[in-house]
Amino acid sequence: MASTTTAPHDAHADHPTGLRRWLFSTNHKDIGTLYLCFALMAGIVGGFLSILMRIELQEPGLQIFSNGQMYNVVVTGHGLIMVFFVVMPALIGGFGNWFVPLMIGAPDMAFPRMNNISFWLTVTGFLLLFTSLFFEGAPGVPGFGGGWTVYPPLSVSGHPGPSLDFGILALHAAGAASILGAINFITTILNMRAPGMTLHKMPLFAWSVLVTAFLLLLALPVLAGAITMLLTDRNFGTTFFDPSGGGDPVLYQHLFWFFGHPEVYIMILPAFGIVSHIVSTFSRKPIFGYLGMAYAMVAIGAVGFIVWAHHMYTVGLSLDTQRYFVFATMVIAVPTGIKIFSWIATMWGGSLRMTAPMVWAIGFIFLFTVGGVTGVVLANAGVDRELHNTYYVVAHFHYVLSLGAVFGIFAGWYYWFPKMFGYVVPDWIGKLHFWLAFIGANVLFFPMHFLGLAGMPRHYVDYPDAFAGWHRVASIGSYIFAFSLIVFFYGVYVAYSRRERAANDPWGLGATTLEWTLSSPPPFHQFETLPRITGSDH
Amino acid sequence: MRIDTLPFRLLAAAGFAVALTGDALAGMGQPSPWQLGMQTPAAIGAEAIHDFHDLLLWIITVIVLFVLALLIYVIVRFSETRNQTPSRTTHNSLLEVAWTLVPVLILVVIAVPSFRLLKAQLVIPTPDVVVKATGHQWYWSYEYPADQGGFSFDSNLAADKQPRLLAVDNELVVPVDKIVKVQVTAADVIHAFAMPSFGLKIDAIPGRLNETWFKADKEGVFYGQCSLICGQNHAFMPIMIRVVSQEAYTAWLADAKKKFAANPSGPIKLADRDAITR
Repeated sequence: MASTTTAPHDAHADHPTGLRRWLFSTNHKDIGTLYLCFALMAGIVGGFLSILMRIELQEPGLQIFSNGQMYNVVVTGHGLIMVFFVVMPALIGGFGNWFVPLMIGAPDMAFPRMNNISFWLTVTGFLLLFTSLFFEGAPGVPGFGGGWTVYPPLSVSGHPGPSLDFGILALHAAGAASILGAINFITTILNMRAPGMTLHKMPLFAWSVLVTAFLLLLALPVLAGAITMLLTDRNFGTTFFDPSGGGDPVLYQHLFWFFGHPEVYIMILPAFGIVSHIVSTFSRKPIFGYLGMAYAMVAIGAVGFIVWAHHMYTVGLSLDTQRYFVFATMVIAVPTGIKIFSWIATMWGGSLRMTAPMVWAIGFIFLFTVGGVTGVVLANAGVDRELHNTYYVVAHFHYVLSLGAVFGIFAGWYYWFPKMFGYVVPDWIGKLHFWLAFIGANVLFFPMHFLGLAGMPRHYVDYPDAFAGWHRVASIGSYIFAFSLIVFFYGVYVAYSRRERAANDPWGLGATTLEWTLSSPPPFHQFETLPRITGSDH
Repeated sequence: MRIDTLPFRLLAAAGFAVALTGDALAGMGQPSPWQLGMQTPAAIGAEAIHDFHDLLLWIITVIVLFVLALLIYVIVRFSETRNQTPSRTTHNSLLEVAWTLVPVLILVVIAVPSFRLLKAQLVIPTPDVVVKATGHQWYWSYEYPADQGGFSFDSNLAADKQPRLLAVDNELVVPVDKIVKVQVTAADVIHAFAMPSFGLKIDAIPGRLNETWFKADKEGVFYGQCSLICGQNHAFMPIMIRVVSQEAYTAWLADAKKKFAANPSGPIKLADRDAITR
């Protein structure tokens, strides 16, 4: 905006380079890139931990861990890293920062400096979590091994060492980062849409980030409160969650899941938005039932706040309480179904081009359906009685997250890579990556349904010999999935070594959102003259 | 020639998956290799869960295959080579109402048996026998109240017995065809008392006394495992229940009362903060 008053452009003031550009960045595209690189790096760490788990579980008996606590530390690290430092930074920090301003025709985010501190607080959180691995948790063992849910009393009396204090501060930092980011997105989307872009003309990805930002803003303070009480229970003699002092361990679970359930929608909603754009682009058709799609996300977000205790059917809830949570949880299946069918209806009658991003998006739709229907099974407290805390649950949430959110991330990556970085990843590499990941992830997670039905509990370093067969299959699947990531990085390498320039609008007629009207990569500052939205796509 | 190689077994499992339901492969009281479904039910509660799960499995399988068929159809039928000019249709009120209402109807079909099952699980009938299970890091202890003899004992993993990781030194013993109420709590951190073949799972929480019940309809030995992460040896604190006839149970009670005379059953102990920190 200052550039309008100072007529001759000072290129340096406008476009910092080197450390000034990347450390002090206030540019939404640079911060988006930082988030994506950070998520990739954290993803390697989190993925490495999951491979350690699968090596351990591929045979009965202890393979690489000297005891169950070490294994639990790795499980916990995997969960926390994947949730807070891979999926959220990639989808919200990465793609959200990059494309929300571009799609709504804004020059940048509303609070560029707050955007910077959001990113660096996320990094701080990750470093604190990493640090926690090197301090004692349970007596004699470094790291915290109580699961990503951090239930007391295991997280208080069960882990007297300082490790979890670092872990709690890590979540505080990451949570603060997300709250600031959420405020930024809400302000940007509500105030900085281009002239003529009403909320009902706004692209679905911006809708998905708007809903996600509200979920973050309302859910994360509850987590912050819960883990702060945990911190004082651990260090300052309070007994919020300690029955011997009048506290209640189950209270923590209510608070955690009041955050934790919206959190799973926080991870999946942006992927919904990405998939909508990809399906529409490569069908060369506008989204079917646009308003239904937007309000289905609003409904999922709203209902997502009143279903939390379906994670707690076995804590001893009363009959009426369980009845209510069964009912409310099943209600969520309806807007989710609307989304699945609307994507298919978008493709119906279209002219489908099977590019890499389209293949990832269709893979997402199918796998998310599989994960969704097992969610309907688990919603029923009566059946959950037997399946709760078994591998059936592990299979369910990896189908919606590892195969849902992560497939959404890769779909978005292949869709927007030419726009973000200006180079082309050969289509065959994206597709090879897809097929390896699709096969690997299904071989990895589908047998977990069988293990769970047979009664295999979660968080087990060793298991009865009868479970060995399917565990071995799952481990093989995880190695295939890991190999697919090598193909992914090879694609990035090829793009940067060949330096084949991407067109401004590489996907043709179907790509109608504003980011495709800009150069690839977009200029450092875009929309100095705001675009004016006239017609309607819908 | 050995045919017990992994690819062969995979193939066999895939074949079974088509030919049989999960139950046919399931063992009694414990999981069996390459099992696909739930363990054979040994209590009326577990049978009800199985029936309901079978219904759900049918419904979700049909839904997934329906979505898959639609996806394959649109991929083939509307590929750019076959359909070069896309339609501009973005609304169809009838269709949109249909795919909102049909899922609602399916959910109602699910909800009715779901609520029935839930009520059967949570409304505890008048028990014939009451036992108390307490989770510790990392073993279970069981208490029989005064009317059953008034004794208690610890139940530790027995490393020298089979099945590995499931067998214990002193198991819980209950009579067949009797309503057994289990009171569950914990002494240190949260554990969960689980018995898959009875369809049972309830958290053992310090400071709380949870209750559940079962009525075993088969005699035999049944195994479960701690089902909530509780620290280093979470995987090594199994639950073993021996279901016997009423006569054998009475005889066992008399023996156990002598054997465990040194451990009378006491009042419920809440978590002792000082005891768990050190």
